[in-house]
Amino acid sequence: MALKGLDIFKLTPKTNCKDCGVPTCMAFSMKVAQGALPIDACPHMTPEAIAQLTDATAPPMKTVHIGVGDAAHTLGGETVLMRHDKTFVSKSLYAVRLTDDMPAEVIDARLTEVAALDYERIGERMTTDLLFVSHGGGTADAYVALVEKARTAGRTLVLDVTDEEIAKAALAKVAGAGPVLHGATPDNYEAFYALASDADVALGVRASSLAELHDTVEALEKLGTKRLILDVGCASAKEAFAGAVQIRRAAISGGDRSFGYPSLVNIATLAAGNHHLATALASLFTLKYGSIIVLEKLDYALSLPLHGLRQNIFTDPQKPMKVDPGVYPLNGADPSAICAITCDFALTYFVVSGEFERSGVPTNLLISDAGGYSVLTSWAAGKFTASSIAKFIAEAGIEDKVTSRTLVIPGKVAVLKGELEEKLPGWTIVVGPNEAIQIVKFINELSA
Amino acid sequence: MSFVPEKQVFKSSIDVLEIGTGETSVKLGGQSVWPLYAFDGPLVNPPRVGIQISDLGCAGAIAGIQDYYADCADIAAQTIRAAEVPGAEFVCLILEGADPNGADRSVAETVELVKTVAAACPLPLTIAGCGSAEKDAELFEALAEELEGRNVLFLSATEDNYKALGAAVVLAWGQKLAAESAVDINLAKQLNLLLGQIGVPNSALAMNVGCAVAGYGFEYVASTMERVKITALGQNDAALQIPIITPVGTDAWTVKESMAEEADFPEWGSREERGISFEVATAAACLAAGADAVLLRHPESVSTIATLIGLLTEGGE
Ligand code: SF4
Repeated sequence: MALKGLDIFKLTPKTNCKDCGVPTCMAFSMKVAQGALPIDACPHMTPEAIAQLTDATAPPMKTVHIGVGDAAHTLGGETVLMRHDKTFVSKSLYAVRLTDDMPAEVIDARLTEVAALDYERIGERMTTDLLFVSHGGGTADAYVALVEKARTAGRTLVLDVTDEEIAKAALAKVAGAGPVLHGATPDNYEAFYALASDADVALGVRASSLAELHDTVEALEKLGTKRLILDVGCASAKEAFAGAVQIRRAAISGGDRSFGYPSLVNIATLAAGNHHLATALASLFTLKYGSIIVLEKLDYALSLPLHGLRQNIFTDPQKPMKVDPGVYPLNGADPSAICAITCDFALTYFVVSGEFERSGVPTNLLISDAGGYSVLTSWAAGKFTASSIAKFIAEAGIEDKVTSRTLVIPGKVAVLKGELEEKLPGWTIVVGPNEAIQIVKFINELSA
Repeated sequence: MSFVPEKQVFKSSIDVLEIGTGETSVKLGGQSVWPLYAFDGPLVNPPRVGIQISDLGCAGAIAGIQDYYADCADIAAQTIRAAEVPGAEFVCLILEGADPNGADRSVAETVELVKTVAAACPLPLTIAGCGSAEKDAELFEALAEELEGRNVLFLSATEDNYKALGAAVVLAWGQKLAAESAVDINLAKQLNLLLGQIGVPNSALAMNVGCAVAGYGFEYVASTMERVKITALGQNDAALQIPIITPVGTDAWTVKESMAEEADFPEWGSREERGISFEVATAAACLAAGADAVLLRHPESVSTIATLIGLLTEGGE
């Protein structure tokens, strides 16, 4: 919430002593309101006034840290509702659920799956981020045994348990690894507040309605914690979606600090037994405000689109993912290998270079500076045209770097062929396929 | 103080596009709330799901799709079978066979084929072209006349053929038209305005603002759709108050991670499962960002997305 200069002025000593470097307390207050000076530039503020102002100028959503070492993650800290306004900062984290009433072989199979899902995609490691360990009604011993087993997977745990004694026993085993205690309800929140503070872990909060959730959060804040994660509810998909949106909206545009926390969406319950519906919901909540997304299982079929989507959404809207312009020799291409050109959008490069590699045909892939957009978008924006390509070839000294004079252009910009032939004398321009998937067939035929 | 959620209802709304006739006709758009935010106010029309079939049949399609249509002797039987998929509200016939770089079926041949599909189809029909602006213009002009009275949606008019298509498809034969642009709000708006200038009313238009598959540049699609909706609803920009229809099934099956053979990437598992997953994840993301209708290929994807829409808009109270 933006604070007005006058509100700040009321809290200053009003002595105009100039120790802050500004002539008057009023002028100082105006500067603070504009963000030009920090509040502690005045050495005479009372601690209460500073606390009050820090609170009022704090970001709309708290940032919550969980886990330790390699398994450490950051949640929340979001400042906008739509990604084109400003970067979504903390990626959704995907958790797989284990419960103590699952047959042992199912638990083992899930853990094997968790270990197997581990790959790199455009420079980012993709894996199951968290394990959501649910107390399904068994004994304390059975739950603690499951928690200890889950811990061996090396993922940060979310302890889904509302029984104080069992939670305490589980925390005793894993508190050092920074799990989430999920946790607090309107009935047990005082005890769970104590458990979470003693163990120094983040606390998940759930309730049967948003109003009740809000009341419980307020009560927890009064007790003194701001390290919370809010369960959006799992009575129905409709309610969960409404919860995720309304909590985020209240925090960002409503200035409601008690809803300014990261969220948790339990798709394992919402779409129990329906893997494809879970896929749809996981995608929905990746766009719409799910901080922790709990799934029954996460295999490659689900991970590839979901982690890919997350990689797309949590990017700086001002900065397209780009690769550096230049010559990329593929499959051991030497200067005589055929040339192909495309634009510098990271995903275009990723897909196109992957297809050329699959073909096995030595190719010099030329990446032209096209503003980081895809072929059609950059073409439409005038950044991937015959002139810009000719300019790139001249400025990057391509004619010195390669000896081949055959250039394949993307089929989607086939219209450039004539103009390119004029602008690049000595080159043969070949129109390539429209889609990357046709590259293997195309380049094999071309080089046959 | 007890929490009372803020409700965001806009003064403007998305125009309604109706396709098909009689009891099975389908309406797109109409809402004055943010996409899928049924908790803010009525959606008027929930997002719609169309099932894609190809005029080339399902040769080359994934085994599960071929199995679903296995007992279909011809394209008419396939059309009926497609319309039976739970959750499918309309059928989208893709005229791949007319592609000048492919089978290059003639306009006359294609018209005959579409006639049998139209005769068999119990749901509203939409027809997607072959991607060649020139050939699509010829095809759509002939088909719009042939299918007069069926209230068919044609996908799509582009910058290159909008004049011919706007005049023939909408003005001459009273059919509906989708305007296609490549993931850019300004291009989308410009094409809508150009169509408006030749007399095509908003009520005859849908727009395909472009698509990308989840993991393949979807951020541009998300932001384009969101900006279209915020401009249409929040700033009352009539040129963008047109329902968005997004073909997902065409691309979801052709990105590297969905089409790679299991033999090449054994750890990735079944190609069909991956394809459904890419199709479903992309469609759900499109709906979240603002699509008023999605076009999907696999029967399982169609049913899953229809279930999702049902759960978010009706169920669960
Ligand atoms: S240092 Fe503090 S008290 Fe002194 S003038 Fe600045 S704001 Fe006022």
